[in-house]
Amino acid sequence: MIRTRIAYLLIGCATASLTRCSPVDRVPATVHVQQEHTDWSTGLIAYEATWPDKFGIGRPADKKFIDRWDIDVRPDGKGLPKGRGLAKNGAAVYRKKCASCHGANGYEGPEDKLVTDPTGGNTIGNYWPYATTIFDYVRRAMPFDAPGSLTDQEVYDITAYLLYLNGIIEEGHVITEESLPRVEMPAKKRYVLDDRRGGPEIR
Amino acid sequence: MSVERDYFLQIRGLVRWLTATVAIFLALVAGLVWYQHTSRGVKEPSFDSKIVVDPGKVQGAPSSEVGYRSKYDNPKRIATYATASRTPLEELQGTITPSDLHFERHHAGIPDIDPEQHELLIHGLVDRPIRLKLSDLKKYPSVSRICFIECSGNFRYGKREMTPGEVCGLTSQSEWTGVLLSTVLRDLGVRPEAKWLLAEGADGALMARSVPLQEALTEAIIAYGQNGEAIRPQQGYPMRLVIPGFEGNTQIKWLRRIELTDQPVMTREETSKYTEKVKNGKIRMFSLVMDARSIITYPAYPKRIEKGWQELRGIAWSGRGKVTKVLVSVDNGKSWQEAHLQGPVLEKAHTAFKLMWHWDGKPTRVLSRAIDETGYEQPTYKQLVKAREARGGYHFNPIVGWDIEKTGEAYLADVEDI
Repeated sequence: MIRTRIAYLLIGCATASLTRCSPVDRVPATVHVQQEHTDWSTGLIAYEATWPDKFGIGRPADKKFIDRWDIDVRPDGKGLPKGRGLAKNGAAVYRKKCASCHGANGYEGPEDKLVTDPTGGNTIGNYWPYATTIFDYVRRAMPFDAPGSLTDQEVYDITAYLLYLNGIIEEGHVITEESLPRVEMPAKKRYVLDDRRGGPEIR
Repeated sequence: MSVERDYFLQIRGLVRWLTATVAIFLALVAGLVWYQHTSRGVKEPSFDSKIVVDPGKVQGAPSSEVGYRSKYDNPKRIATYATASRTPLEELQGTITPSDLHFERHHAGIPDIDPEQHELLIHGLVDRPIRLKLSDLKKYPSVSRICFIECSGNFRYGKREMTPGEVCGLTSQSEWTGVLLSTVLRDLGVRPEAKWLLAEGADGALMARSVPLQEALTEAIIAYGQNGEAIRPQQGYPMRLVIPGFEGNTQIKWLRRIELTDQPVMTREETSKYTEKVKNGKIRMFSLVMDARSIITYPAYPKRIEKGWQELRGIAWSGRGKVTKVLVSVDNGKSWQEAHLQGPVLEKAHTAFKLMWHWDGKPTRVLSRAIDETGYEQPTYKQLVKAREARGGYHFNPIVGWDIEKTGEAYLADVEDI
């Protein structure tokens, strides 16, 4: 009798435990969807591992092609063509090609003020840290209505003239690929590199 | 009866008829005018009619090759100058800027470039300089990324009647598609002394910027796609540089040349422009990353709100990563509540924030403040002025807000008073 009861009890427990362990019962009441970090670079490293060692796309650029396009001029003078610029010659070019936007003396506007005057505002003389930038910019982008139309000689002369108008060089000072990088600009000492790095401090 | 009397009667009859006709006509016109003036809404006929009173009862326009906006919806860029236009932030839904409303800033106009004639030269401190056409770029493994591009000179104020777009609409968000710069450079043999890159555009200004190579390499994209289509001419067709989080000016459009160098070129755009005066008479240069910022786009000028519940909406973004929190004040800064951020919150991306607000009809000021994952909190105007000893300049990202008047009208709050 007792044995039968124990047997029933065991069968009962087994059934109960089986029922409890059935897959349907195991699904939790709340489904936790896995929160994956998804951003633009998700899986990129694994994808990169499937790339070939070399793509071999495009065609090689030879020196001739590069020289034609490589127009930038750096503070150390790299990129400057050989040449000699004089303020006196620059004055004539300036009157013809620059004065209508920048004013007869370089500060009347209507466009950017280039020469320091008592009314304030950023100019080459009080704001530009490198003299080579004048050459680089004038050659690449000026005059506004015909960018890139000036000869290197004209650019050298205008550079000399603008430095002279700002009182940075003497009128007779010859601007060459050697002397331009050596021109010390008054604003250079004011420049600092960005020090904002995020975080709570306001800079 | 005399002939004259007969004539007289005939003419009298004619005149009477004419008078009656004119009177009836006038009465009808007056009646119609009165009816049109007084009746509002369209009367539906009680039978199946072909009269167009319900778009559900008539065939609409056929399909077309290119879609169009509803004629009832006309968002427009805010064109302040010939060389710039702003995104009307207050007109946008969600966080993607429709490509034709992306802000513009160009220094020599928008060039017309035939991709067949266009090439990208990559040279400098590499062993194997190359020339790439648009079709070449598309052969590389591609990458797509949603991020904002913001001009670093993106803050205007000075009068109460200004819209969010007028205040800081030189920011827009797109999904950019292209190839990672690092993927292209993989083949070229970058020399260890390469520390900077010069990127140059093919526009009339040959716009050029120097960017530190290490910082740019992880995320910079040479992009050719914008929101599923080719980049628009205003945004640099056929290819541009996209450097998520960096100031817009570095992300050279109409890209034609990348030169790897050991030092920055110090172009006009990174010396005489895009530098800012900071304290002690210093000038800060290479301020490349855009700090966290936010703006409430509703309620905002020129909208007017009604008393009761409304969803206050805005966007927040940071060039240093994800926006983690946006705090909103509806009581002029006395208390701040955390706004709901619409997920997924992406790195260096416009993030929509919302807050349900019950306006009691009393005049107040609403403000928003973004906080990013570096712990940076968007500063007030006063904090910025104190930190920099300058009252403006590039990278000026102060908290802005809106004065809600008794009438429900919203006006730009005086930023110096926040």
